[in-house]
Amino acid sequence: MTVTDAARESVEASLEQGHLSFSHLNPPPSYDLADHPLPTGREEIWRFTPIKRLRGMLEGEPSATQLTWDSTLPDGVTLTQVSAEEARAAGELAPNDRPAALAAEHAAHTVLLDVPADLELDDEHPVVLRLHGESVDDLVYGRLVVRVGRHAKATIAIVHTGSARYVATTTVVVGDGAQVNVVSLQDWADDAVHLGRDAIRVGRDAHVRHTSVSFGGDVVRMHANVEYDAPGGAAELLGLYFADAGQHLEHRLFADHNQPRTKSNVLYKGALQGDKAHTVWIGNVLIRKIAEGIETYEENRNLVLTDGCHADSVPNLEIETGEIEGAGHASATARFDDEQLFYLRTRGISDKEAKRLVLHGFFQDLIRKIGVPSLEAKLTETVEDELAKNVFRGVETEQ
Amino acid sequence: MSTLEIKDLHVSVTTEDGPKEILKGVTLTIGDGETHAIMGPNGSGKSTLAYSVAGHPKYQVTGGTVLLDGVDVLEMSVDERARAGLFLAMQYPVEVPGVSVTNFLRTAKTAIDGEAPKLRTWVKDVNKSLADLDLDPSFAQRSVNEGFSGGEKKRHEIAQLELLDPKIAILDETDSGLDIDALKVVSEGVNRYRAREGKGVLLITHYTRILRYIQPDRVHVFVAGRVAESGGPELADELEANGYERFLTATV
Repeated sequence: MTVTDAARESVEASLEQGHLSFSHLNPPPSYDLADHPLPTGREEIWRFTPIKRLRGMLEGEPSATQLTWDSTLPDGVTLTQVSAEEARAAGELAPNDRPAALAAEHAAHTVLLDVPADLELDDEHPVVLRLHGESVDDLVYGRLVVRVGRHAKATIAIVHTGSARYVATTTVVVGDGAQVNVVSLQDWADDAVHLGRDAIRVGRDAHVRHTSVSFGGDVVRMHANVEYDAPGGAAELLGLYFADAGQHLEHRLFADHNQPRTKSNVLYKGALQGDKAHTVWIGNVLIRKIAEGIETYEENRNLVLTDGCHADSVPNLEIETGEIEGAGHASATARFDDEQLFYLRTRGISDKEAKRLVLHGFFQDLIRKIGVPSLEAKLTETVEDELAKNVFRGVETEQ
Repeated sequence: MSTLEIKDLHVSVTTEDGPKEILKGVTLTIGDGETHAIMGPNGSGKSTLAYSVAGHPKYQVTGGTVLLDGVDVLEMSVDERARAGLFLAMQYPVEVPGVSVTNFLRTAKTAIDGEAPKLRTWVKDVNKSLADLDLDPSFAQRSVNEGFSGGEKKRHEIAQLELLDPKIAILDETDSGLDIDALKVVSEGVNRYRAREGKGVLLITHYTRILRYIQPDRVHVFVAGRVAESGGPELADELEANGYERFLTATV
């Protein structure tokens, strides 16, 4: 078990290293594939990923296969195919790793989801994009730009089901003063492989919440990156994942404080159970010299349910100015807390039920922060199903 | 009717230097409907007694028996003991983030009774119990013990006592950290429970203060892992006046 809560030390350590030109974990973005060479697996940004299990997805073989899209679009919201040039003009953020560069290069279609300025969508009627794949034999490239106009308010859910080898780049451009809630659900079949990057640019005084939920898939590697267009923007990056035997679920976060008085708050929670269940969480916050008065906190909690699981959790903080409101991080990977279980059991609750309750609470704590009641109910249900289906297979026999 | 018999109980904990015996032969019987107070200085093993009877895995029972209505409690798992009728109100109740008080209480009640409580009466019971302990109705939606003040934690423990309705309640320093108003509210809750037919209470405390509100039938002075002396309520008065000095010197 490791628990670190060493924000102050890392601030000092980073300052000692002197000024950084860019984040060592996030190379400068570029559309040029030559800037994102085929990794060997020894690179810092690839060393946790089981490259052999990516089924050649990094090689960049072209493919015109697509996922099936089924969309719910509230009035005023449009979904259109655009050219690569139009995507870039709409504010697409350039790829910062090879999969995103491959997706930009090879996507059969580039899709623009437009939420016009001043449109206020009700939380109960989110934009829903359901993306479904037929087979892991299909190599699919996805390229999406979500543009939310100034002062608009929208909730957008992107749901992935079925199977594919899916390489995708998504950009969310949040206009000034807009409030956006994005949820990406990876509910893939057991054999799917998904390499995704969600890059977010936050406008002046805008607020964005991005939640990544990963349950299914053989290998899922998701980036959630945030940067700011102007001062005053705030981003909350949430995540929930559940790795079963053999699954590799990786979440990489990057909050680039490139503007003053901006905020980022990262909270990812995961559970692991079964032989060779592997999760990776890499948090990274860069506070640039210009970014005075910012506030950031990143946190990852993992609950290890059985033997044979492995959770990697690495928070990073790179600091070029000390003139900030606050910066901190915490990471903890632990088994069930014996005192919690004891307390519940002294109330007559069985060991199995107590564990179910603790896990329910562990995730409920996060689900409540998502802020979309209809999705929260659905997610609670999905988590309960997952708990019933998978988790207690192991726990029951443990006793 | 309910009787808790503790006979010659020996309990050890594992330390870096090997096993260390904390309870060195504890014998006491709480008869039907009786309230016993266990008083003793810090480190005398009072809380170890409470946790050992409840079944905390940290404490290894190396000898003796604990019988609830003649049935061996030590053979039971922690939750079986609770379902058999034992309740432990903890000195430091544990936080369970993300689990609401209402969900927790309903889950516990269902486990204890073996069936879900009737929804309409249950909601009424919970609300009354919270109100009796001066807890706001919104309390039910909060996560168990998370962010509770010391007083709220203790009042929540006693709300559970009243709702789960065990045969025997062990109250481990329920009075610690309470101001006088909270102490009264908590004591009233314990007294409402005691007023029910045949309920036993083992009240563990460091101070005599709570005994002004909860009258014990018997008082046991606990020193160095065993009962040094037992008596009626007058023993508490003597402790109030003279402290533990006499008992401490006697054991040296």
